[in-house]
Amino acid sequence: MPHANALYGPLDPAPDAGYENAPPRMGFFTDTSVCIGCKACEVACKEWNGVPESGLDLLGMSYDNTGALTANSWRHVAFVEQPRSAGWATPAFAGDPDGPAISPATAAVGARTSTDTGTDPGLPTGSPAAAARMSGGPEFLGMPGAQPPGRGSGAEGRTDFRWLMMSDVCKHCTHAACLDVCPTGSLFRTEFGTVVVQEDICNGCGYCISACPYGVIDQRKDDGRAWKCTLCYDRLGVGMTPACAQACPTESIQYGELDELRERAAARVAKLHERGVPEARLYGHDPNDGVGGDGAFFLLLDEPEVYGLPPDPIVTTRDLPAMWKRAGLAAMTMAVATAVAFLGGRR
Amino acid sequence: MTRGGERLTVPPADFASYYGRPVLKPPVWKYDIAGYLFTGGLAAGSALIGAGAQLTGRPGLRKVGRWTALGGVAASTYLLVHDLGRPARFHHMLRVAKVTSPMSVGTWILAAFGPLAGVAAVAELAPLLPQHGVLGLARRIAPPIGNVAGLAAAATAPALATYTGVLLADTAVPSWHDAYPSLPFVFAGSALAAASGVGLIAAPAAETAPLRRLALAAAAIEFGGGHQLERQGLTSEPYTHGRSGRLVRAGRALLAVGTATALLSRRSRVLSAISGAALVASSVATRFGVFEAGRVSARDPKYTVVPQRERLNENRSVTPL
Repeated sequence: MPHANALYGPLDPAPDAGYENAPPRMGFFTDTSVCIGCKACEVACKEWNGVPESGLDLLGMSYDNTGALTANSWRHVAFVEQPRSAGWATPAFAGDPDGPAISPATAAVGARTSTDTGTDPGLPTGSPAAAARMSGGPEFLGMPGAQPPGRGSGAEGRTDFRWLMMSDVCKHCTHAACLDVCPTGSLFRTEFGTVVVQEDICNGCGYCISACPYGVIDQRKDDGRAWKCTLCYDRLGVGMTPACAQACPTESIQYGELDELRERAAARVAKLHERGVPEARLYGHDPNDGVGGDGAFFLLLDEPEVYGLPPDPIVTTRDLPAMWKRAGLAAMTMAVATAVAFLGGRR
Repeated sequence: MTRGGERLTVPPADFASYYGRPVLKPPVWKYDIAGYLFTGGLAAGSALIGAGAQLTGRPGLRKVGRWTALGGVAASTYLLVHDLGRPARFHHMLRVAKVTSPMSVGTWILAAFGPLAGVAAVAELAPLLPQHGVLGLARRIAPPIGNVAGLAAAATAPALATYTGVLLADTAVPSWHDAYPSLPFVFAGSALAAASGVGLIAAPAAETAPLRRLALAAAAIEFGGGHQLERQGLTSEPYTHGRSGRLVRAGRALLAVGTATALLSRRSRVLSAISGAALVASSVATRFGVFEAGRVSARDPKYTVVPQRERLNENRSVTPL
C-alpha cells in the first residue's frame, strides 16, 4: 500500500522507498548569513565528482560568474548587492559616498549575458525588465548607474549596501518530482533519503528537467544525460562529509542528520533575531511545505526569489491523481464522440 | 525617465528575481515533442475512425484510418527516440512501469498501440496476396486478425491521445501545469480533428458522413477545453500573447473554418479536401502553440514567482506567522 502522503505532505522518504532499517535522513543546512562567497564549495564539488568545466567567461552581472546550477555546476554561489544597510552592523561606509553600485541599467545588461556551460538549457539569459526591477527594491528604481557610487545622489541620498551570498544546491526534496517522473528509474532514492541519478541508466529524456520546481537538474550536451548533485553519495556511504561541506571555510554549509540540522537552524534563526537581524528566515526546512521539506535547506536574509529560488514551490505530482482523472474523462469523451459520430445520424 | 544621461523604463508590475534569470530550467524537449503531440494524436484518432468504419461497414474509410494510425505511430516513435539525449538507450524506458511518470505510462500505451495498429494496417494488404497456397491461407486469416487488432488499437487510442495532456501538465512549467484540467480535452479534440481531416482528404466521399459529425464533436471538445486555458490567471498569458498565442489562435481559427467547411461540403470533393487540410493544420498549430506557451512560461521568472508570491501572501494573511 502506498503511504497516504506518497505524493504530498510530510514523509520520511527512505523507508517510503522501501528501505528497511534505513539510516537517519542526511542533508545540508546552508546558513547564508556566514557565507563569504569564496566558491570553495563549487571547486571542491568539481574536484571530487569530476564535474566538467562550465565556462570561464565573466557574466558581468556581479561576482557570480557561474550564473546558475547546471549539469556542470552542482553548487552555485549566488551573489546579490543591495543598496540597503546590513542592519546589525555599523554601516561600513558611513559618511563615504556609497550609492548603489548596481543600477537597473547594469542589472538589465547582466540579465542578457550567458556562457557556454556545456549543458542544455544551461544558463539561459534572463528578462532585462525583471533584472532592472531587482536592483535595490522599489525605493531605488530608476537610480542611474553610469557614475561612480554616490557621486550624483548628494550626501542625503547616500545609502549603505549589503552583499547577499548563498551557495545553492539540489534540494533533495522529500517529494522529488524529478524522481517521480523519471521513466527509466534512473533517478532513485538512496538509503540516506537523498536523490541520485544513475548515469548508466539515464537516456536523456529530459522529463526531470521540466519537472524540477527549483530549476536544478540539467542535461550535458556532449553526453546527453541529466546530471545534478548526488550529495556525494559515494562519500556518505563510508561516513565522510560531502566535499562542499568539507571545504566550506565558514561552516556556512553544514552537513548532518536532517533532524539535528533543523534544530540547529531554528536555534540559529532565533539567535540572529535576538541580535537584530529580523530578516533572517529559513527556507525549505518545513516538512509541511509544498515539497514535503527539502533535504538541503537554507537560512536566507531576504525573500527566496531574490536568490533565484521559487518562493512557494509545490511538487507537480501533488495534482497527479487529478490530472489522470481529467485525462480519463477526456478519453471517455473521445470514445463516446466517435461512437456517436458513427452510430448517430443517417447512414 | 531620464537621469544622468540614461533612459530607463521600469515596468509597473513588481516582483523580485535573481538578475531576471529564470527560476526553472526551460524544457529541453525539441520540436520533436511538439511534432509527436500531433502525430500521436493523429494516430489515436485514426485508429478510432478505422474501428468505427470497420464496425459500420465502410471499407475505404477503414483503410485510411488504419494506415494513418500506423503512419502516425511510426512517426511518433521516431520523433520520441530522436528527441532523447541518448537515443541508443531508448529501451531503458522499458525497465520500469510507473504511474507517477506519465512518460512511462505513455511508453507502455505506445508499446501496446503500435503493434496493434501495425497488424491492423498490414492486414489491409490481404487482397494483394495470391488466392492459393500458404499465402492464400494468410489472405483468408489476415482480415479477421486485422479486425481484432484494429478494435484493440482503438481501445487503447483514447489513452494515447489524452495522456499527453498529463505528460505536459506533470511538470513545474507554469503554463502547462496550471492547464492540467484542460490539456487532455484540448488534445483529445485536436486528435479527432486531425484524424477527421485526413479522412476527409483521403477516404471515399460516400463514406465520410461520420467524419463531418466527428469534426463537429472535435471542435466542441477542443473549444470547451481551450476556453479554460485562458482563464487560469497570469499563466494564461502565453496562450494568448506572443508567438505561442498566435499559434493557439491560428489553431482555433483553422478548427472553426475546417469544421464549418466540413459540414457544408457534403458533395464537393474539393471542399472536403480543403476542410480536411484546415483541420490537420489546426491540430499542428494547436500542438506547437501549447508546446511553445510552456517554454515561454518557464523562461520568464514572472510566471514562476508572481503566482507563488501571491499564494504565499494570501496564506500569510489568513494565518499570521
